[in-house]
Amino acid sequence: MNEQAIIQDENEIVLDVYGITKSFSDNHVLNGIDLTVRKGEVIVILGPSGCGKSTFLRCLNCLEDPTSGEIIFDGENLADMKVDINKHRRKIGMVFQNFNLFNNKTVLKNITLAPTHIALKELRAKKIKNFFIKIGNFFRKNKKELLIIEKTKKEIIKESNDNAYALLRRIGLEDKANEYPSTLSGGQKQRVAIIRALAMNPKVMLFDEPTSALDPEMVGEVLNLIKEVADDGMTMVIVTHEMGFAREVATRVIFMDEGVIGEQGTPSEVFDNPQNPRTKQFFNAIL
Amino acid sequence: MNLAVKWQIFVSKMASEEYIILIFKGLKTTVKIAVFGLIIGIIIGTLVATVKVAPKYKLIVRILDKICAAYTAFFRGTPMVVQLLFAYYVILPLLGIKGVDAEIVGIITFGLNSGAYVSEIMRGGITSVDKGQFEAARALGLGYGTAMIKIVIPQAIKNIMPTLGNEFITLIKETSVLSFITVTDLFKAFKTIAEANRNYEYLIPYTILGLIYIVLVLIITLLVRIIEKIFAKSDRKAESPKKKAKEKVNS
Repeated sequence: MNEQAIIQDENEIVLDVYGITKSFSDNHVLNGIDLTVRKGEVIVILGPSGCGKSTFLRCLNCLEDPTSGEIIFDGENLADMKVDINKHRRKIGMVFQNFNLFNNKTVLKNITLAPTHIALKELRAKKIKNFFIKIGNFFRKNKKELLIIEKTKKEIIKESNDNAYALLRRIGLEDKANEYPSTLSGGQKQRVAIIRALAMNPKVMLFDEPTSALDPEMVGEVLNLIKEVADDGMTMVIVTHEMGFAREVATRVIFMDEGVIGEQGTPSEVFDNPQNPRTKQFFNAIL
Repeated sequence: MNLAVKWQIFVSKMASEEYIILIFKGLKTTVKIAVFGLIIGIIIGTLVATVKVAPKYKLIVRILDKICAAYTAFFRGTPMVVQLLFAYYVILPLLGIKGVDAEIVGIITFGLNSGAYVSEIMRGGITSVDKGQFEAARALGLGYGTAMIKIVIPQAIKNIMPTLGNEFITLIKETSVLSFITVTDLFKAFKTIAEANRNYEYLIPYTILGLIYIVLVLIITLLVRIIEKIFAKSDRKAESPKKKAKEKVNS
């Protein structure tokens, strides 16, 4: 672990998690987890089912509000209810087990919906502010400068469409742009879900068992795409049951058990030479 | 009196143009109040349903939720006639408003009544949409309202189309109580005809009235089917047949 850690230590911290706990009434799912995610890291979380892997991942972007603990992202604590969580979620991409493509939108719209909507909202806010500045300028001696509007509505839409097409081209689904998700295969859906998250230019991506709902023959295409994205330097936290993939792509492997981190280290350390008896037992059972 | 005589009386009454106009006027009023009532109902119902399913962290949401619950309880708990009479003969004089068209009162009361039912229908529709759709929207940084309006509610409406059709049918038939507040709807029109010339002959007019209601309901059923099909089509194929035909020509 040390060698890896030294290399990673030089990179900036993307996500810093302190003492996360989560309970559903009497059921304590997470019992205090600390994790520091640095830029460029690919962290794979393994563990028996029900150990809280998915809950932990969903806590990272507050889809589940943690019961206690801190999640520091961009200098703010996401666990704090006062923080504008929407602003931060834009920079935390999430890929779900069940794809969750919007059924009522075409593939293209699925990808462009959020970026376009957010950019247009900002544009509207700027225009309203400018309007008030203009009114104020009537009475001011020193005229206040207007906010600069860089792109018009048309340009915003065109840009996000172009971006979406470029991403679709990358995964070879350009011709499906105007189809509805129900016409896609599972593997195609998940790949679209991944580029939908990518279209927001996230700082970190979270994968919640991205291949668990797929037919075996489609797992490969999805894993290849994730690996490609990882190779481009994306920071990732992945919950998966694909051990081979974990070993190949991970820079750090975390073994979770009963809501705490049981063991962590480089893939070779954890897979080949596990120290924790529970980890040993887990690998013996599945490998 | 045998049937032929009854028919004769009816035909002689209908010879007067004024009664034909009356029927069409009644039909127009009935459809108008039902349609506008449903539109208002869908808007109110959607808003109320959104409050009902919203997470109850904030005090304001909890207060709104209680108000919505009271609203639903009142409008589902009392008959439409009572609501109409209350609105027209109690609330209007109480507020001192005069000269309001009874039709407007009808539309508003129908809208409020329908909103209570639609809110429950819509709540069912919203809960029937996979939770992942909402989560995916939120995970992309969209707010609660945006996620609801752009993703969840359109899918919910698709799911509840048949039930909404039902609600519309109920509204169309319930307009027959509008005569209580002096609105001339379809029922009132036929009642007037039946009682015209101090000749109280109900059989034929009321039979025809019933048939017109049946035809109206059948038309609505057909319309709902067509809308459902349009929704289903957009689910399977994005490209319209025209577009595909064009592509074929091009290739």
